[in-house]
Amino acid sequence: MMELFIVLLAGFPAWFKLDIGIYIDQAVQYLIEHGAWFFNGINTNLLGFLNGLQVVLDVIPWWILVLIVFALGWRSTGKVQKGLMYALMLMFVGALGLWIALIQTLSIVIASVLISVIIGLPIGLLSANAKKFTAVSRPVLDAMQTMPTFVYLIPAVMFFGLGKVPAVIATTIYAVPPVIRLASHAIQQVEPEVVEAGRAFGATYFQLLFKVQIPQALPTIMEGINQTMMMAVSMIVTCSMIGAKGLGQEVITAINRLEIGRGFTSGISIVILAILIDRLTQGWYRKSKIQTKGAN
Amino acid sequence: MEPILSVEGMTKIFGSDCDNVLCLLDSGLEKDEIFRQTGSTVGAYDVSFSVNQGETFVIIGLSGSGKSTVIRCLNLLLEPNSGRICFNGRDVTQYSKTELMNFRRNNIAMVFQSFGLLNHRNVLKNVAFGLEIRGVDRRERFEKAKRAISLVGLAEQEQRSIHSLSGGMKQRVGLARALANDPDILLMDEPFSALDPIVRSDMQTELLKIQKLVRKTIVFITHDINEAFKLGDKIAIMRNGRIVQQGSPEEILFHPVDEYVRSFIKSIDKGKALSAWHIWQKPESFMILKEPFADLELQQISSSGYPFAFVLDHEERLQKILHVQRDPASTKLTVSELPLATVTLETTLQDMLPLIESREFNNPIGLTDSEGRFVGYTTGRLLLSALK
Repeated sequence: MMELFIVLLAGFPAWFKLDIGIYIDQAVQYLIEHGAWFFNGINTNLLGFLNGLQVVLDVIPWWILVLIVFALGWRSTGKVQKGLMYALMLMFVGALGLWIALIQTLSIVIASVLISVIIGLPIGLLSANAKKFTAVSRPVLDAMQTMPTFVYLIPAVMFFGLGKVPAVIATTIYAVPPVIRLASHAIQQVEPEVVEAGRAFGATYFQLLFKVQIPQALPTIMEGINQTMMMAVSMIVTCSMIGAKGLGQEVITAINRLEIGRGFTSGISIVILAILIDRLTQGWYRKSKIQTKGAN
Repeated sequence: MEPILSVEGMTKIFGSDCDNVLCLLDSGLEKDEIFRQTGSTVGAYDVSFSVNQGETFVIIGLSGSGKSTVIRCLNLLLEPNSGRICFNGRDVTQYSKTELMNFRRNNIAMVFQSFGLLNHRNVLKNVAFGLEIRGVDRRERFEKAKRAISLVGLAEQEQRSIHSLSGGMKQRVGLARALANDPDILLMDEPFSALDPIVRSDMQTELLKIQKLVRKTIVFITHDINEAFKLGDKIAIMRNGRIVQQGSPEEILFHPVDEYVRSFIKSIDKGKALSAWHIWQKPESFMILKEPFADLELQQISSSGYPFAFVLDHEERLQKILHVQRDPASTKLTVSELPLATVTLETTLQDMLPLIESREFNNPIGLTDSEGRFVGYTTGRLLLSALK
């Protein structure tokens, strides 16, 4: 009797343990040893792509970027003042002396978003019509999004070293779920009678997908891409911890040296970048949403 | 004549364990009881009917009666659990994937309750959708689409976007999209239910007009009994997944099989549902005169007890209606001409009402076919008793 009491009061039994961590470490170690060619290949290609992107962004004169932001802002909101405001915000970042950092960050964001869309969009679209796949993918996507972002840094660094490439990889893993989720959701949300109409006229699977479902779902898909962009921006600072240059690095430096002013200016620049990306792309899908909503 | 579409013993069950449900159904259990016992819903049970070329077959029932299930089985949007659906004698449930695809592309088209239009496309491209799916080249499909668009009265509106159209216009686009495919069978799933009453009535008339031109075989779903009687050549009434009665509008109106059907037709507006030929009277041959006519003929009429005569010209058009009376004292005939009134056989009773306002109830009204030839007569009294 007494013994049972002691057992019940004792801490979690030491013999009952699952040391998963060890196996994961081993698996990663195995991959590093045997998959080096694979990761190196990705590394080289991605680096080439990133450097190319960086060059393109560097070549564009600053005032053209400002003009583009003004034009896009004007078009997507329909107001000249807003376009002007966005352009001024961009120039403000330049005035803070963070233009180069901004471009470096922007190139990482653009690359991550591009890769996320290239990977996520087809998965989302094709899985929309497969219920079983959705049942499996949903918890996986949830886990990917709730996992503390720092956890992604470790394998990214182990496989790809330090610098831009692991930053883009980690950002992609973190930012890809909303594209998949919203693309799939968007397809499922298309009005059933519209899909029925497609089937009733004898559309094949791909005719249905490309002529009916995707065009009807486009606004929601755009919303997903917008969310992916926002998540990519939110990874900026985290990624700087593994050597990605740009605005995030400024923040890290500011923390290390306790420079409040520096921290603040780089922080505000990240906010401005986030606002610009969000607003300029939001106007785009809002407009098409009104069009499709208004029809029913 | 072989019917173009015939459905035999078709059953559709939503849920699992269909064999068990089928057994329960065969043992006579009702839909609600089966749902309680098995959790499966019976969409349609043992539905049989056939539709001839050019006919409009209307299926009517309350919501949940299975009418939408039945129409979706016809083009296999839903797959029936048992039974046959024969198109020109071939069972479409046995079609291979390709055959089914071609069947949908070429032979059967559908119009939907909430239109089912692609709102990212303009009117023209919506109407051309079916042809695009079929792989018809651009010029030909736009040409055909334009023809269908003008058929439904939307000519010149091809470039408009869908969201700028009213409900009635959207359904015209839906109808044009189906017609552009030039199908043998047109499925219409409550096409006018989402429209407001005035537009609905216009669209019904429009459909009748178009149907006269294209002579399609139509399966039409509705919950509006007046719509059913206005459009249907044959009507089936559904309840709890079964057809309780089917037949011509008159059969249903005059010989309802049970209380359910009776309660359904109670709300019929007979003035709209019945037309002149329901109260058509065949004239005796002696009552029809051709000019010039002899006195002897008038004599015969006056002694017949129905003292009216119809005078036709050589094209059999009604010229005069005469009232012939013999004066009992002098045996002399008095012949008076009555005000002429003619309507076509398709005129609804409601539209005939103004005619009898200014007339003696017993005076005949001439009835003509669509070419204007005299075919019979009716009277105000018959009209009123039919409306009672």
